[in-house]
Amino acid sequence: MALSLSAMRSAPFSAKLGMSLILLYAVLAIFAPLIAPYAEQEVVGPTYQPWVAPYYLGTDALGRDVLSRLIYGARNTVGIALMATGLAFLIGSTLGLVAATMGGWVDTALSRLVDVLMAIPSLIFALLILTITGTSVVALILVIAVLDSTRVFRLSRAVAQGILTLDYIEVARMRGEGLGWIVRREILPNAAAPLIAEFGLRFCFVFLFIAALSFLGLGLQPPTADWGSMVRESARLISFANFSSWQTATFGLAPLLPAAAIAILTVSVNLVVDWVLHLSSGLKD
Amino acid sequence: MEKLLEIRDLRIEGRGSNGWNEIVKGVSLDLHRGEVLGLIGESGAGKSTLGLTAMGHVRPGCRISSGSIRFDGQELVGASTEELRKLRGRRIAYVAQSSAASFNPAWRIIAQHCEAPIRHGVMSRSEAEAEAVRLYSEMRLPDPDQIGFRFPHQISGGQLQRAMTAMAMACKPDLIIFDEPTTALDVTTQIEVLAAIRDIVRNHGSAAIYITHDLAVVAQMADRIKVLLKGEEVEDAPAREMLAHPKEAYTKSLWAVREFQASPRGPLPEGPPLLEITGVDASYGTHKVLDRVTIAAHRGRTVAVVGESGSGKSTTARVAMGLLPPTAGLVKFDGQMLPAKNRDRPRSMLKRMQMIHQSADTALNPRHTIREVLGRPLEFYLGLRGRAKEDRIRELLTEIELDPDLFINRLPSELSGGQKQRVCIARALAAEPDLIICDEVTSALDQIVAEGILRLLDRLQRERGLGYLFITHDLATVRAIADHVVVMQNGRVVEQGSKDEIFAPPHAAYTELLLSSVPEMDPDWLDNLLAARQA
Repeated sequence: MALSLSAMRSAPFSAKLGMSLILLYAVLAIFAPLIAPYAEQEVVGPTYQPWVAPYYLGTDALGRDVLSRLIYGARNTVGIALMATGLAFLIGSTLGLVAATMGGWVDTALSRLVDVLMAIPSLIFALLILTITGTSVVALILVIAVLDSTRVFRLSRAVAQGILTLDYIEVARMRGEGLGWIVRREILPNAAAPLIAEFGLRFCFVFLFIAALSFLGLGLQPPTADWGSMVRESARLISFANFSSWQTATFGLAPLLPAAAIAILTVSVNLVVDWVLHLSSGLKD
Repeated sequence: MEKLLEIRDLRIEGRGSNGWNEIVKGVSLDLHRGEVLGLIGESGAGKSTLGLTAMGHVRPGCRISSGSIRFDGQELVGASTEELRKLRGRRIAYVAQSSAASFNPAWRIIAQHCEAPIRHGVMSRSEAEAEAVRLYSEMRLPDPDQIGFRFPHQISGGQLQRAMTAMAMACKPDLIIFDEPTTALDVTTQIEVLAAIRDIVRNHGSAAIYITHDLAVVAQMADRIKVLLKGEEVEDAPAREMLAHPKEAYTKSLWAVREFQASPRGPLPEGPPLLEITGVDASYGTHKVLDRVTIAAHRGRTVAVVGESGSGKSTTARVAMGLLPPTAGLVKFDGQMLPAKNRDRPRSMLKRMQMIHQSADTALNPRHTIREVLGRPLEFYLGLRGRAKEDRIRELLTEIELDPDLFINRLPSELSGGQKQRVCIARALAAEPDLIICDEVTSALDQIVAEGILRLLDRLQRERGLGYLFITHDLATVRAIADHVVVMQNGRVVEQGSKDEIFAPPHAAYTELLLSSVPEMDPDWLDNLLAARQA
């Protein structure tokens, strides 16, 4: 496996930085109730407080603690993105590998279906479906997973087609192996590295997509804390902020906090992905 | 004569998993103007690494740890990139093994040819193009006026190799390095390329380093031969002297490789042939690749199928294995009709016929350990599990002369080329087959390693009465192991018969051409052959 412990120890600084930041996010998301000073939806004080104790990052328009909501936001936004990406990979890579291996009409049918889905702009498609189904968490995850699985399908099919030309696949076919063995044991281990790298990238896109949907009001619904809607709620504050003193300036920085949380996670994931891609390319330096 | 290249006590290290290992261990070398030096040795001997340093180049992951390389008085160790750039392409040129991989597929051949002379300011574009056409005709390329304006994929491998040699000559270099330029070519094509390379080197008075593992080839090309083993020099002598009287034991063993002979045969066993292919036609799309091919293979016997690339040898194997259904004709195994498609054949039938591929690199899944590679057929065909499977894997490894404790947990990338091919043989044996189809199993290997594989196959045949269908383009191998020979050309069987019948005159015209094209150790062989063909 490309991602062994020893490989992690010899990773470059950028990848280690990315991994530690992701770890930090994971800890915050998993232990949110223990870490956050207040509850997710609790009104704790006056509205629009500056960055002073006990509200280290101030309060929002309803008087909820921003720091606590940021921490819970990690749990909600990242958790949903992770589930949606995982599902997208399960669907996309299974169908992609099977299509490549079986070829013929199975490949043609699946590929054309994917082409149709990809032809529709995904944001518009998601808005359409979510308007019909309503914005439940399950619907959100399913819609994003299906839309994203098309990209995963294309990638895994292309990777598998390269692998299928190699002699060891012919050896397995001559031995009389079935589809399951060829896909799982012969192709998948060799396609894993590009797929893992793609997982990282895809995760970022899904994550941004959820943020975008929330910003448009079709993602996670209030009062659930989520970074996308937090940006939307406080976006207008920038124009009202008074930057003459530090205390009042923090007020204008409010929308930048969830935005920064999104940006830092995206960059961290990409730092790790770069390194995994490099490992899978097989270059020595 | 004036010394052109002087390498003194050169040491090169390569980065491995546990620090730096020495690849070239203190080799010295002298090359005079107009002289051709042959570098020979097995793979891993450091011949290519040494050859590349002659142009001041070290592969990524390698470094020169000590020693000096003087080219025409100029020190190349530690020379700046700019200084090296002035030499490369202009005074030192390089011809790689695979010209198909070395040409840029997106540019016309002549455009790539003219790049070096123009960049070095030696010639203008029109001069360079005129010169290229002249070199093409000197290299005996067909239609020299036009051939340069084609793309690399539009001409054959042999022509491409000659175009590459012409390209190396573009700036009239003082030194050309040939790195196994004919290894990937068929014997009949190899002759043309060898003759063209030798003439052009002689006519222009360039010095050359000719790297190869084929002794017979080096005998034709080199004035002097240097033998390398594991990064050290074994012997260095004028070509004729070394060919006639090799001094060192290792050199003698290289010379002796070609004397291997398969063990003597008992009487032909009773019953129908194991594999019987009768009047088979096959095509890829509308392109017909096999035309009424008839071959039979018996238990305990070796049938060699010979021919150049594109003759349909491997396609015949694919039809036998059920990967390409024939459009006409019959395939029988042990008297029973075989279904045309692999997936319609029962497991008990698949088990009896196994195949070993040419390239062990791609025939082994890089993510499977040797235990998994050998364990799967045991489980799949014989239903072995747990302890019984483990014991059988160890037996198989012992049988192919690899230590089970050392190898069972390794991945293919941790094996040498010869060891990988042995594992492929063990995988075929694991099924306990009656017949093994060997598709060019030794052509990617050095002569010494290849001989080891042939000896192993011979022993297994003797012990188990295996039948082999041995596909090869190497007639020396055929001579060593075959009982029956089938000569193929353009998808047809041109001639077939027992080995003695095929190798004794009179031959069919094509068999004659193939046989006469196999290089011999005699340094005058190429001259004599060309003279004979002229007449």
